[in-house]
Amino acid sequence: MGDLLTVNNIEVIYDHVILVLKGVSLRVPEGGIVALLGANGAGKSTTLKAISGLLRTERGDVTKGAIEFHGATIHRHPPDEVVRRGIVQVMEGRHVFEHLSVEENLLTGAYTRRSGGETRRDLDMVYGYFPRLTHRRNVAAGYISGGEQQMLAIGRALMAHPKLMLLDEPSMGLAPMLVAEIFDIVGRLNREEGVAVLLAEQNATIALKHAQHGYVMESGRIVLEGDAKTISENEDIKEFYLGLSGVGQRKSYRDVKHYRRRKRWLS
Amino acid sequence: MSVFQQVLIGPLKDIGSNPAFFGEVVIGGILAGMLYSLVALGFVLIFKASGVFNFAQGVMVLFAALTLVGLIERGAGVWVALAATALVMIVLAFAIERAVLRPLVNQPQIILFMATIGLNFFLEGFGEMLWGANVKKLDVGIPDRSFMAAGMQINQLELSAGGIAAILVVVLAIFFQKTRIGRALRAVADDHEAALSIGIPLKTIWVVVWSVAGLVAIVAGIMWGAKSGVQFSLSLIALKALPVLILGGFESVPGAIVGGLIIGVGEKIGEVYWGPLVGGAIENWFAYVLALAFLLIRPQGLFGEKIIERV
Ligand SMILES: Nc1ncnc2c1ncn2[C@@H]1O[C@H](COP(=O)(O)OP(=O)(O)OP(=O)(O)O)[C@@H](O)[C@H]1O
Ligand SMILES: [Mg+2]
Repeated sequence: MGDLLTVNNIEVIYDHVILVLKGVSLRVPEGGIVALLGANGAGKSTTLKAISGLLRTERGDVTKGAIEFHGATIHRHPPDEVVRRGIVQVMEGRHVFEHLSVEENLLTGAYTRRSGGETRRDLDMVYGYFPRLTHRRNVAAGYISGGEQQMLAIGRALMAHPKLMLLDEPSMGLAPMLVAEIFDIVGRLNREEGVAVLLAEQNATIALKHAQHGYVMESGRIVLEGDAKTISENEDIKEFYLGLSGVGQRKSYRDVKHYRRRKRWLS
Repeated sequence: MSVFQQVLIGPLKDIGSNPAFFGEVVIGGILAGMLYSLVALGFVLIFKASGVFNFAQGVMVLFAALTLVGLIERGAGVWVALAATALVMIVLAFAIERAVLRPLVNQPQIILFMATIGLNFFLEGFGEMLWGANVKKLDVGIPDRSFMAAGMQINQLELSAGGIAAILVVVLAIFFQKTRIGRALRAVADDHEAALSIGIPLKTIWVVVWSVAGLVAIVAGIMWGAKSGVQFSLSLIALKALPVLILGGFESVPGAIVGGLIIGVGEKIGEVYWGPLVGGAIENWFAYVLALAFLLIRPQGLFGEKIIERV
């Protein structure tokens, strides 16, 4: 299978001085699911934003390397152009339009689609995958539950007909059952709609369960790569990223993470 | 007791004794208030979609009115002149996006605010250079005559202006609620990063809001210019829009409309019935005092957008 996306040794700098990605390379094959793992601040979100072009709104810039999609260079394009070409990012923290209804959120996802005739069918497709959204369709998105918001964010992205979806921590802050439900749906989308997925996750266990291939990041570099099975059996990974130490206790990054995120919003 | 009587009972008795005249005062207030609403509406649209506090909104009203009058004076028919003015405001929106907003994207808000101050002076000078600085009467072909209805004297010109403003508001509401671009505008106002992530181009959105603000400015310019002539002081009504924004909430379209009406009606009633008690000029400060009171009691404004806080 050919590569849909190739990220070739990119370097990303924020604010002209803060070097965050120090030569990251990865590939996503056509129709594949690839996991991008790593702890807080490893650079997962930055990598996804470099691909989607959202980096620039945060004063970040790809200063070296190249990103190719279908063989064409895309890292100089604005985000709307990247979406038109078939890549949509589902941002960390869901980012639904809180004052718009669920259905309006989905409709905005179809903004780049010219033919209005397909919109109705696409809506039905999304409601088919996320039946929970069906009875919430007229509710303001700010009032639905966190799990429903995550589903809405994915559904909204789906409305753009992406060939590649960049999913940033869909498990964040959700109960394990819900996480499992959402990942199962993502898996189905991948199989049935042929959407390739690049999945940034701290929750390596669930990510590797659905991905065929994985990359592990640490301080802006890829430190390990391999097929999902190999990675999940790697001893270091078990300890540091799957949160299982030798004696089988779970480490939690959640609390640290929340604190850190608050801090970043304020700055 | 007599002070109480003077301040409360007296004016109320006046109101009761001549309800037709009170009706006239209220209608006059509504019409003035609509003008404030329109200017505030321009502010709100731009602020919601781009976070820019557009200092130049008042001058945009002046510029639109100057252009319209200038074209009519040079022999263009009213409708042709209107269409051409609309075109000018849309071109202006493109130019502002290209020359002011795009280069400053990602800069702190205060920088953008200062850029609109620059824009303010540029438009003022540019408008006068093109069309001259003397006061002009705007004649859009609606006679400035009054007729009687239910015992009230009603001015035909003012009534038409009010009607046009009302239609504009309805059209805008439909545009925002029902169209693809309108929905995208609301999405950007909600979360501009998420809007970008699904492929809504901010540049297009900015051009659209500035164009809409320009069209709103034309209507405001017509309302004011037809009544009081087109002159520099027109740009000062922007100062009246500020209390309207405080009253209605900076991000609320209905707030801008209702806020404008409250201030318009409030200051007219205050002026006519309570003005004589304090020697007049209530109209000049009523809006600001009301705004100040609101800042103390309800700083988010009447319709300040609900901050949805889920836990
Ligand atoms: N806008 C920004 N300006 C400057 N530095 C930033 C910016 N965004 C992120 N960083 C820094 O870049 C590094 C990588 O951040 P990034 O958000 O990509 O990590 P992450 O792997 O997604 O982490 P998390 O799992 O917490 O989401 C961090 O050190 C972070 O502080
Ligand atoms: Mg992240």
